Amino acid sequence: MQQLIGELMRTFDLAQSPLRELNEELHRQKDGSNEAHWEVINPRGGHAIAVGIDAPLNVDVRGSVGYYCAGMNKKATVTVHGSAGPGVAENMMSGKVVIKGDASQYAGATGRGGLLVIEGNASSRCGISMKGIDIVVRGNIGHMSAFMAQSGHLVVLGDAGDALGDSIYEAKLFVRGKVKSLGADCIEKEMRPEHHEALTKLLADAGIKDAKTSEFKRYGSARKLYNFNIDNADAY
Amino acid sequence: MCGIVGLFLKNPEMEPQLGELLSKMLSTMCERGPDSAGFAVYGASEDGRTKITLQSAQAKEDFAKLKAALAKDKSAKLSVNDTHAVLSVPSEKLDDIKALLSSEFPTIRTMATGENIEIYKEVGNPNDVAKRFDLAHMAGTHAIGHTRMATESAVTTLRAHPFSTGADECLVHNGSLSNHASLRRELVRDGMTFNTENDTEVAASYLTWRMKQGMNLGEALEKSLDDLDGFFNFVVGTKEGFGVVRDPIACKPAVMAETDDYVAFGSEYRALAGLPGIDKAKVWEPEPATVYFWQR
Repeated sequence: MQQLIGELMRTFDLAQSPLRELNEELHRQKDGSNEAHWEVINPRGGHAIAVGIDAPLNVDVRGSVGYYCAGMNKKATVTVHGSAGPGVAENMMSGKVVIKGDASQYAGATGRGGLLVIEGNASSRCGISMKGIDIVVRGNIGHMSAFMAQSGHLVVLGDAGDALGDSIYEAKLFVRGKVKSLGADCIEKEMRPEHHEALTKLLADAGIKDAKTSEFKRYGSARKLYNFNIDNADAY
Repeated sequence: MCGIVGLFLKNPEMEPQLGELLSKMLSTMCERGPDSAGFAVYGASEDGRTKITLQSAQAKEDFAKLKAALAKDKSAKLSVNDTHAVLSVPSEKLDDIKALLSSEFPTIRTMATGENIEIYKEVGNPNDVAKRFDLAHMAGTHAIGHTRMATESAVTTLRAHPFSTGADECLVHNGSLSNHASLRRELVRDGMTFNTENDTEVAASYLTWRMKQGMNLGEALEKSLDDLDGFFNFVVGTKEGFGVVRDPIACKPAVMAETDDYVAFGSEYRALAGLPGIDKAKVWEPEPATVYFWQR
């Protein structure tokens, strides 16, 4: 009986009940909760849907969401069956967030862990100031992506916009398509065996089977902006 | 912040629903701009006639006086709507009427002039503004709405959006311009006139100025990317056109949708979520520094 209850799905209709109730219910769930699978219907571009979850839940959002969906996520898997507004999975700690459509600006910003998969395109500032999150984008990303990115991986199967990886620290960027321009202190780097290995795992985790690691180029920090150097004054 | 909504109908059968659809879109953007709101509706025209949308803080007295002054001339029709009124005149008499308004009616302001355009804007919650002018029952081919959270100049009726600086033209703006003072001086030197200190009015006037030089709306918007400095999402209407442009940094939010029936703009997807057929629409975020332009 316990097992059966564990497989039940809770459906939450945002056209009937307020967002705050949904998020409170999701926050009430702990590890081993019987209500591990949630479906959210009628999101209609609402903000802050499924933010701050701290339990291994599966949340399916049926439709497009607004600002900050699945922000600060821990342990949960949140899937948006639509597109996401600005700041999706902002500051994610762990778990997985999947966007079936496109994501607006600053997707995965400041994320510290977990995996963000965007199956469409991401717009500007994707992965800005990322601190350990892994981001995989099937389409293209916009300008100023991975700005000041500190650690983690950003994988892009399409093209990257202007100023990729500007002022980057130690995050690793893999791009299969064209890069419009690289930002200050971001350079192309050699793909060594450990990078192929890491990329293979990331693509597998994101469920991508039609891309070879040999098609990607790696970009990272030239480490010239770490300390003040008068010769670099123009770049600061 | 500020919120923008826009709807350009491709299917004429939807024209009676334009106001209803736009008022629902506007309502979702109240939080983005609770201090004032406005909208431009491109409705039906009458051959050989021009509409002037007027506004007055003492509407009752002013419009009664205006009606009396126009009583002898049977050709002018005044239709009052709360603090606004639409004055329809034969196009050849437009200059005389404008002269009469500026000499005899200093407290009446002109919101828009054109064959199709009407503009309504007021201070207050956007839902209340839409209700007082009965936006939901207006018909037309395209419409643009704005909810304002003021950053650049005071909260007044005249500083609410849309701004209209040329016949059948209007512009709404989310953002702030940093070179509006110098650009305004250049435009004034070239004969353009201004009603406010607002940065958005400079952008509207700039586009009018470019179109006076012979550019179409698309070309004028293209040129604005070189000449305007600051943050902006613009949605612009002309008699037959509808345009969108974002600055190269593109930090102000924008989302668009297109179906066989319409093109729609919203600051957020929430504004589009209620549109018919949105589930099957092409929905995308407009690219930075890229002009989008539709013309019927």
